[in-house]
Amino acid sequence: MQDQQQEQHALFELSNISKAFPGVKALDTVDFRLFPGEVHALLGENGAGKSTLVKIMTGVLAKDSGCIQLQQQEIHPSNTAEAQQLGIAPVYQEVNLLPNLSVAHNLFLGREPTRFGCIRWQQMAEDARQLLTRFKLDIDVTESLSQYSVAVQQLIAIARGVAMNAKVLVLDEPTASLDSSEVEILFDILRQLKSEGIGMLFITHFLEQVYQISDRITVLRSGKLIGEYLTTDLPRSRLIEAMLGQELQQVTAQPVRTDAAQAEALLTVTEASVAHSVDKVSLTVNKGEAVGMAGLLGSGRTEVCRALFGIDTLKSGEIKMREQVITLNQSADAMQQGIALCPEDRKTDGIIGPLSIRENIALALQVQAGWWRYIAPDQQRTLANQYIESFNIATPNAEKPIEELSGGNQQKVILARWLATRPQLLILDEPTRGIDIGAHAEIIKLIKSLCDEGMSLLVASSELEELVAFANRVVVMRDHRKVAELQGAELTAQSIMHSIAEV
Amino acid sequence: MIARRFIPLLATFSLLVVMFIVGGFQFEGFASLQVVTNLLTDNAFLLVVALGMTLVILSGGIDLSVGAVVALSGVLCAVLISEYQWHPLLVFPLVLVIGTLFGAFMGTLIYVYKLQPFIVTLAGMFFARGLATTISEESVGIEHSLYYAVADAGFALPGNAWLPSSVILLLVVFGAIFLLTHFSRFGGYIYAVGGNRQSAALMGVPMARTTIGIYAMSSFLAAFAGILYTFYTFSGYALTGIGMELDAIAAVVIGGTLLTGGSGYIVGTLLGVMLMGIIHTYIIFEGTLNSWWARIAIGLLLFIFIALQKVLNRSSTRG
Repeated sequence: MQDQQQEQHALFELSNISKAFPGVKALDTVDFRLFPGEVHALLGENGAGKSTLVKIMTGVLAKDSGCIQLQQQEIHPSNTAEAQQLGIAPVYQEVNLLPNLSVAHNLFLGREPTRFGCIRWQQMAEDARQLLTRFKLDIDVTESLSQYSVAVQQLIAIARGVAMNAKVLVLDEPTASLDSSEVEILFDILRQLKSEGIGMLFITHFLEQVYQISDRITVLRSGKLIGEYLTTDLPRSRLIEAMLGQELQQVTAQPVRTDAAQAEALLTVTEASVAHSVDKVSLTVNKGEAVGMAGLLGSGRTEVCRALFGIDTLKSGEIKMREQVITLNQSADAMQQGIALCPEDRKTDGIIGPLSIRENIALALQVQAGWWRYIAPDQQRTLANQYIESFNIATPNAEKPIEELSGGNQQKVILARWLATRPQLLILDEPTRGIDIGAHAEIIKLIKSLCDEGMSLLVASSELEELVAFANRVVVMRDHRKVAELQGAELTAQSIMHSIAEV
Repeated sequence: MIARRFIPLLATFSLLVVMFIVGGFQFEGFASLQVVTNLLTDNAFLLVVALGMTLVILSGGIDLSVGAVVALSGVLCAVLISEYQWHPLLVFPLVLVIGTLFGAFMGTLIYVYKLQPFIVTLAGMFFARGLATTISEESVGIEHSLYYAVADAGFALPGNAWLPSSVILLLVVFGAIFLLTHFSRFGGYIYAVGGNRQSAALMGVPMARTTIGIYAMSSFLAAFAGILYTFYTFSGYALTGIGMELDAIAAVVIGGTLLTGGSGYIVGTLLGVMLMGIIHTYIIFEGTLNSWWARIAIGLLLFIFIALQKVLNRSSTRG
C-alpha cells in the first residue's frame, strides 16, 4: 500500500512554500502533498502555520515563494473562486455558507440552473435533493440554512464542494462543533469520498479523530515542516512531541519552587463547570505562586481562564478569592477582585491597534479608576515610560500605535496594562504565542520576578518547557477536564506530555 | 404552516387590509379601486426609489443619495426639454445613463476602498443636490406635447376608476425588479452579500460586479423616479425629494426587509409603500387631523416592525 502510493503521483503538491507577514515568518519552505483517496491530517499548535498554509492553497493568500501543483500542473490560484474552479474546495470550521439562503441555493450559488436567465427554483431543489441523498441527508432543501444544525450545515458545505467536482477537499476543523454521532456521519461520508478518489486535507485538534480517519500526518511547528508520517507509524506520544517540540531549553534555568504547603491559598476553584467547555475543574493558586495549565487546543484551557475573568459564567461549582466565595458575571467583577487576564488572541481581544502604547497601558487602570477620575496624560506618560523601560519595550516613544510593534512587544504592553492595575491574580493565556525567542525569554523572566514580588499567576500554555521553567505546579487539561496536577519532581516536560496524551 | 420568514410580510399585508376595511366602514368612497390606483399614482416615484433601496438594503448597505438623484434627474429633464428644446425621448435615456453612472461610481468607491455605504452615499446626496440647485434654483416648468399625451393616456377600470399610464409603467418596473431579485443570479448574489460578505466572497460571488451593480441599479431607479416625478408635476425642481431616501428606507423596513441585509422581499416594499400611503389617505379622509399625524403613525409602525424583526431574528438563530 505504502509503496504503491509512493509510486503514484501526488494529486496535490505544495513545495517550498514560504510566507512572511510583517515581523513573523508564518511559513518557512514548507512542503505538503496529498494523494488521491487519502485523508491527510495537518497538525500543529496555534501559530504553527496551518491556517496560513490552508489560505495559500485555497487562494485566500498569495505565497511569497514556492510552487503549487494540482495533478502535475502548476497552478496559481489568486482568489477563492479560482481555486474552487480548479477543484480545491474549502470547508471551514465556522461554516462559511449563507445562513439566510435556502439549502439548495447554498449548494448551487453561482451555478443555478436557469432558463432564459431565470433561475429554475424547482429544478434546483430537485438537484439539491438528489445530491444530498448521497450524504444520507433527507431535509427540506427550500428551507433556509440557518434552520439546520451546524453538523448538517457542515455536511452541506462538503456537499457543495463535491457538487463542484472538487478533487481536493480542505477540511479546516470540521468537527469542532459536532457531537460524536455527528462526527461518525461525517467520517462515513469522508470514507465514501475516499473511495471516489478525492483527496482530503483534515485539520483538527482532536487527536483521536486523527487516528480514526487519517492515513497520513504532516506536522508543522512555528512555520516549519517537522515531518510527514504514515498515521500507523506514528504513536500518539511521538506525535505530540512533534507538535509541541522542545525548543526552549536555553531559557530553562533551574526552577526555584516555593514550598506550597505553607503558602496560603489566594484562589480556590471547586468543581467549576461552564456549559460545553469546562467540566468540573478544581484548582488552587497560592499567594506568590505560578500555576501552569497545560493541554492541547480545545482542552478547556482558555475556557477556564475566561470563566475566572467573568467572561463566561459558571454553570455550577464555585470560585473563592481569599476564602470568600465570589460571583463573576462580567470582567469588571473580576477586576474588582484583583484578577487580570491577558487573553490568548492578542489581536482581537488584547490590543487596540490604532491607540498608542500609552493609551493601551492606561486603559485598564482608567477602567478601574472609573468614569469620573480621568488619568491625566502626564500621569499616563510617566506610567507608560516606566513600563517601556522596565520591560524593555522596543519603541522610540510611548506615542507609537501599538499595532506597529512586534508581537512580543505588544504582549509586553498588554502585560503592562494589567500590571498597572496591581492585580493579585494575573491570568496569562498563551503569553508567548507567536513571539520571537528573545521576547519569549524575557516574558518568562518577568513571570518569575512577579512571583517573587508576591503576585499569583495562572498561566495557560502549550509550551511545555516553558511551563516547567516557571510553574510551581502544572494542571493538565484534556477534553474539558482536569486530568492531572503535577508538582515537585514529577513536573517535567515528559510527564506533562504523557498526561496530555493519556499514555 | 407559514414559514417564519414570511411573518413580517404577512403582518404588513394584514395591516394594509385592516386599514382598508376600517377606512371603508368609516368613510364613504375609501374602499374603492380608485383609492388604490390613486395610492399607486401618488406614490409611484417613492415606490420606484424604494425598490432600488430594497436591493441596497438586502445587500446590507444603504443609499442616502436617492432623493437628491430624483431631484437632479428632474431638473435635468426640465432644463433640457424646456430651455434647450431637446426631445424628451433623447433626454430620458441620457438622464438614466447619468444616474446609473453616478450610482456605479459610488458603488466603485464602496467596493474598491471598502468605504461605508452610509458616508459615500451621504457625499453623493450632497453632491447631487448641490448640482441640481446649481443647474436651476427655480422650479422649471415643462411644456411638451409628449407630456400631455402621456398624462392623458391610461385605461378605464370598472367602478369609474382610472389606471393612468404612470401606474402601468410602474407595474412594469416592479415586475422587472421582482424578476431581477428573485429569479436572477444577480439577485441571489445580492442576498449572498447581505447574508455574509466574507462567506459570499469565499463562495465565489463576484463581489465587485455585485456591489457596483447594486448601487448603479439604485441610482438608475432613482433617476427613473425623477422622470416619473416630472410627469406628476410637469416640472423639475431642485428641492424635490428632500427626505425621500428616509421615506424609502421606512417603506423597505415596514415591508419586512431586514436592515442588516440578506432577508426580505420585493413584494414587501410594495406593501410598505402602500401602507404608508394608506395612512396618509386615511388622515386626509379623516379631515380634522393634521397631516403630520401620518408621520407619527409611521414612526410608531417603524418601532413596532423593528421590534418584531428583532424578536423573529432572535428566535430563528440557533445558539
